[in-house]
Amino acid sequence: MEEGQVISQSVQQSAAAYAIIKDKFGEAVSAFDANETMPFFEVLDLSAWPEIALFMRDNPKLQFNYMACLSGVDYQSEEKVGIVCNLESLGKLNHRIAVKVKCARTGGSIPSVAGVWHTANWHEREAYDMYGMLFSAHPDMRRILCPDDWEGYPLLKDYKVQESYHGIKVPY
Amino acid sequence: MQELDIAGMGSTRVTRKGNNLVVLEKDLQTEQMVLAMGPQHPSTHGVLKLECLTDGEVVTHAEPYLGYLHRCFEKCCENVDYPAIVPYTDRLDYLAGMNSEFAYAITVEKLLDIEIPRRVEFIRVIVAELNRIASHLVAIGTYGIDLGAFTPFLFCFRDREIILSLLEWASGARMLYNYIWVGGLAYDVPADFNKRVMEFVTYFRPKTVELYKLLTENEIFVKRTRGIGIMPADVAINYGWSGPMLRGSGVKWDLRRNDPYSVYPELDFEVPVPDGKVSDIGDCLSRHLVRALEMEESLKIIEQCIDKMPSAEGFNARSAVPKRVRPKAGEVYGRAENPRGELGFYIQSDGKSTKPLRCKARSSCFVNLSAMKDLSKGQLIPDLVAIIGSIDIVLGEVDR
Repeated sequence: MEEGQVISQSVQQSAAAYAIIKDKFGEAVSAFDANETMPFFEVLDLSAWPEIALFMRDNPKLQFNYMACLSGVDYQSEEKVGIVCNLESLGKLNHRIAVKVKCARTGGSIPSVAGVWHTANWHEREAYDMYGMLFSAHPDMRRILCPDDWEGYPLLKDYKVQESYHGIKVPY
Repeated sequence: MQELDIAGMGSTRVTRKGNNLVVLEKDLQTEQMVLAMGPQHPSTHGVLKLECLTDGEVVTHAEPYLGYLHRCFEKCCENVDYPAIVPYTDRLDYLAGMNSEFAYAITVEKLLDIEIPRRVEFIRVIVAELNRIASHLVAIGTYGIDLGAFTPFLFCFRDREIILSLLEWASGARMLYNYIWVGGLAYDVPADFNKRVMEFVTYFRPKTVELYKLLTENEIFVKRTRGIGIMPADVAINYGWSGPMLRGSGVKWDLRRNDPYSVYPELDFEVPVPDGKVSDIGDCLSRHLVRALEMEESLKIIEQCIDKMPSAEGFNARSAVPKRVRPKAGEVYGRAENPRGELGFYIQSDGKSTKPLRCKARSSCFVNLSAMKDLSKGQLIPDLVAIIGSIDIVLGEVDR
């Protein structure tokens, strides 16, 4: 954010929440991106992600009890895939923040947070279904929208659709 | 009693009614049976498949299977321009197309920095609230059918038809509107639209009372829903529930109030939550009750909007619609209160292209439905139908 620009109140709240997380986890999290539309930070140390998630949910000053959304994203130029989690403290402190977690594009895996927020359970299954990253320690790691025997991960930018599925021509 | 397995794995089978355990059968050895409900089953409201593991009448485990209506919404979005996504959003929650368009439009506008004319905002709120009533009418009507009450369904659909005609008059389509555009509207409303909407409001207000007496206070209906499928507030939040589902659990949370958008801050309306007098908080009846009371509030909002709306003089519904929608680089998560809960869009723009890099729809039904596994444990099969009905799913939005 440039000097002199007015920072809105909601971004200030997110920044305050980020400061607490940074204080606790130090190098495991990246710098804070204080943009107006979706302020976020990135988790750099993958293995710390469940611990950070639990801390964010249970710390009395953070109380991110509500996961609004978890989206898979393909970072093709960085050779990575990742997730973006939109978290919120619903009814408690009313602040919001987004967290990004990235892993290797082929054969990568991210620790699951389904045990922290139940919402993550199906959303992580969807991210796996569409992008192919695995979520370690997920209770039920299966595809959710595509059939179990579908080939490839449809939302990857370089996805090529299979020629036929059980004798049915797929590309039209 | 505490030693009993609620899921009924032993020889004594019990079920949960309110806070009490009720013993159904004792000393009975039954086999576990797999019962597939759906994907072609009327009570699952579309193509949802529930694979239930049952022990006699008691469901010990229910596993939802989705994807029968998956139409690659997110893949389509990456291949079309921003304005061309609007018709696709109609097809997410096809019972509340206006609300879906509204959510998408405000999300993209967050990235665009454009000023929306005031009249546009009011028209948007009016059509969205009309659509909310129509959607709740379907939810309430079909919920009655699920539990064996056929008459309310006919009453609901009769009144819903009036709303659909109004929306058709404004947009040209009955359900898939493409009316709320990024930056404006497709057209201004017809000349006498406000008058006809007011006529509908006056006509419909007594009907909500009638519907309340007919269904919500109906003895059989109450017996089938009260104390069934109780969801505590903290678990509901952890599951990411939103909308009438969350309010049914007693959490006063409405995005129109708590994360206000458009002109909602100027409007005066209540957020109904059950008080525990006629229902047990968090049960199926509470969720139904919230929907029934919400229609009344929508009527209030519509009335106020018509009062406050600026006149049509010199108004162009497309004056702020950009010729070419090319948002600045960045990410945004925008959301709106839909009849079924929070519909959110996560959009990523690279700043160069007229197509989004990523557009994810956070579907309210998808998230609400994910609690099905926990809600169904230890319930009777007929109660399972009551629970699915109370979640009010639209498979178009679940599967996207």
